[in-house]
Amino acid sequence: MSLTQGMKAKQLLAYFQGKADQDAREAKARGDLVCWSASVAPPEFCVTMGIAMIYPETHAAGIGARKGAMDMLEVADRKGYNVDCCSYGRVNMGYMECLKEAAITGVKPEVLVNSPAADVPLPDLVITCNNICNTLLKWYENLAVELDIPCIVIDVPFNHTMPIPEYAKAYIADQFRNAISQLEVICGKPFDWKKFKEVKDQTQRSVYHWNRIANMAQYKPSPLNGFDLFNYMALIVACRSLDYAEITFKAFADELEANLKAGIYAFKGAEKTRFQWEGIAIWPHLGHTFKAMKGLNSIMTGTAYPALWDLHYDANDESLHSMAEAYTRIYINTCLQNKVDVLLDIMEKGKVDGTVYHLNRSCKLMSFLNVETAEIIKEKNGLPYVSIDGDQTDPRVFSPAQFDTRVQALVEIMEANLVAAE
Amino acid sequence: MSRVEAILSQLKDVAANPKKAMDDYKAETGKGAVGIMPYYSPEEMVHAAGYLPMGLWGAQGKAISKARTYLPAFACSIMQQVMELQCEGAYDDLSAVIFSVPCDTLKCLSQKWKGTSPVIVFTHPQNRGLEAANQFLVTEYELVKKQLEATLDVKISNAALENSIAIYNENRAVMREFVQVAADYPQVIDAVSRHAVFKARQFMLKEKHTELVKELIAEIKATPVQPWDGKKVVVTGILLEPNELLDIFNEFKIAIVDDDLAQESRQIRVDVLDGEGGPLYRMAKSWQQMYGCSLATDTKKIRGKMLINKTIQTGADAIVVAMMKFCDPEEWDYPVMYREFEEKGIKSLMIEVDQEVTSFEQIKTRLQSFVEML
Repeated sequence: MSLTQGMKAKQLLAYFQGKADQDAREAKARGDLVCWSASVAPPEFCVTMGIAMIYPETHAAGIGARKGAMDMLEVADRKGYNVDCCSYGRVNMGYMECLKEAAITGVKPEVLVNSPAADVPLPDLVITCNNICNTLLKWYENLAVELDIPCIVIDVPFNHTMPIPEYAKAYIADQFRNAISQLEVICGKPFDWKKFKEVKDQTQRSVYHWNRIANMAQYKPSPLNGFDLFNYMALIVACRSLDYAEITFKAFADELEANLKAGIYAFKGAEKTRFQWEGIAIWPHLGHTFKAMKGLNSIMTGTAYPALWDLHYDANDESLHSMAEAYTRIYINTCLQNKVDVLLDIMEKGKVDGTVYHLNRSCKLMSFLNVETAEIIKEKNGLPYVSIDGDQTDPRVFSPAQFDTRVQALVEIMEANLVAAE
Repeated sequence: MSRVEAILSQLKDVAANPKKAMDDYKAETGKGAVGIMPYYSPEEMVHAAGYLPMGLWGAQGKAISKARTYLPAFACSIMQQVMELQCEGAYDDLSAVIFSVPCDTLKCLSQKWKGTSPVIVFTHPQNRGLEAANQFLVTEYELVKKQLEATLDVKISNAALENSIAIYNENRAVMREFVQVAADYPQVIDAVSRHAVFKARQFMLKEKHTELVKELIAEIKATPVQPWDGKKVVVTGILLEPNELLDIFNEFKIAIVDDDLAQESRQIRVDVLDGEGGPLYRMAKSWQQMYGCSLATDTKKIRGKMLINKTIQTGADAIVVAMMKFCDPEEWDYPVMYREFEEKGIKSLMIEVDQEVTSFEQIKTRLQSFVEML
């Protein structure tokens, strides 16, 4: 009997998150390869090659959520990383430096012994992709050089003009083929194209069930608490090319569908307003942000951030152009007009009453167009918005009092608009 | 006034008065100017169109007020200045602005131009070792060219492009020689003058700039090299301005014997080579050949080693890292470079460059103590 039989989605999530890290530790112990990967880099090639995958962004977010970021940030600070650099990157460089020291001296530094960080092994190679920022190019350059390991780069050029042109897809597809050649050399074995097809199919099934979950937010009242997408995200990032993600997401989507049929909603009967969250979660203060909104009876039913992993493509397309398109069409890798269109669509589907924009100290790409995005959207759909200051993993930036005051103002306007519309 | 002083004075005037340089060009030719945002735009195309390419590298000491509405305080200093100038309409006389997007800040800035000039955006490929990257960039350049032709109502012929490429290559070669001359004659070319010679090329036709710099080099080389009793440094970063900051280098007799500044030597590091392929292809290839820059992806990160080599080759005493405030690509390069400098026993000092700042006392103190240590 399978270990996971009878588990609820929440239990599956915890189980498979732990198992993915365990797989990597076991691979390392066996002498097999471990790869650290950018969160939206294609895992299909490495998984086909049987390489165990670790995702530093998810790992850093986990450290942040468990209140362990400061120790790692301080290690990075001592190495010369400016506080202006992305906090995911700084937490990860801090963690990497600790692992490196342990590997060289045979002694775990105290900061690592006391860290709540999930125990993951050092990589033998890294793969990065700049579809969510060019910082991931700089960060992975540093990992590769500091560890003297190969770095596979998938460069998806910023789409300043939409739709995505064929010549961009051709360039990206060529890089996919180049990555395969690099892996053949690194692994010392030929690429298994039959297995590659199975991995692509698996990825598509994971994505399908991930989208089923997100789609549940369209119902009013919503059976889905949008913040749960942040929790389940770990698996769409880290395990989308394995059945771990599919099994968990299918279970969660099935539970939500059953709840919908039974009239069980996320906020029971308390849902009054619905909002869109734009930006990365504030992991060290996730509980505060969720509880503050719940206390105001406002539920998140739209967010483009988890939707980054809506990586649907034609798995039968041997030109790999369809896969290239999936990895480059990420809304923050496109022009302002397309970004606005994506958010408008999410707002419409989630039937939201307003938006919270996270001005993220760590993420220039997801912050520097907030003003323009918000203004254009307000002009199109008239919905109110607020901007709040935060950071994805550096706990020092977020102010609970500022957050509470601003979202209270937003909720008041959203409620007044609903009354006026009645 | 000696001829050297006269040429330096002329170049300093151009560097300090870009608007006048543009207006003079317009009056002289009847044609306009095109803004060139940092970094690595195919400027040769603008030159071939008969327009004056104008580098847009922010301003000095301008207080940021209007830009605050559109950019949070943690956007890099240079883009805060560029945004402020956009809001003030300072760029509205430009016939077009060309934008590359090699960092996250520039991706965003390319989508929110507040001036009236049409904006032409293109993306550099970052997996630069691949031939597919060259092909991608050729297509991007073809689109830039088409948009320029439509906006300026001109036709950019291959012959004109080849001519412009030759003019740019010559200017780059002459500037590389100038770097050497400035290192040999710090008594003649101090830090302020050195910067002015570089900066003036942002606002002049390159053939005119070449002519002046050639003459400058010839005049200086006709005099004997004098021993230098100060210190020598290599500087690296986005830019090293304003003159008040460079005055401190002069005051403490710190000669800049080589640089790796995006506004200066990174622009003259690689030429558009002869060989097979049309002009756009060869221009694209030069991006592949670029090295040692935080904005050109390099998984081997040779920048630190390149700077160490420059230090050894020039006999410099140290490296000064001019860190553009809130420029994350540069900030990410720093820890690796710093470790490499330390491992080689090369002294280095990081100073922050903030274009809004008007007081330099703190940097002065730090540079003074640093020089005493060398």
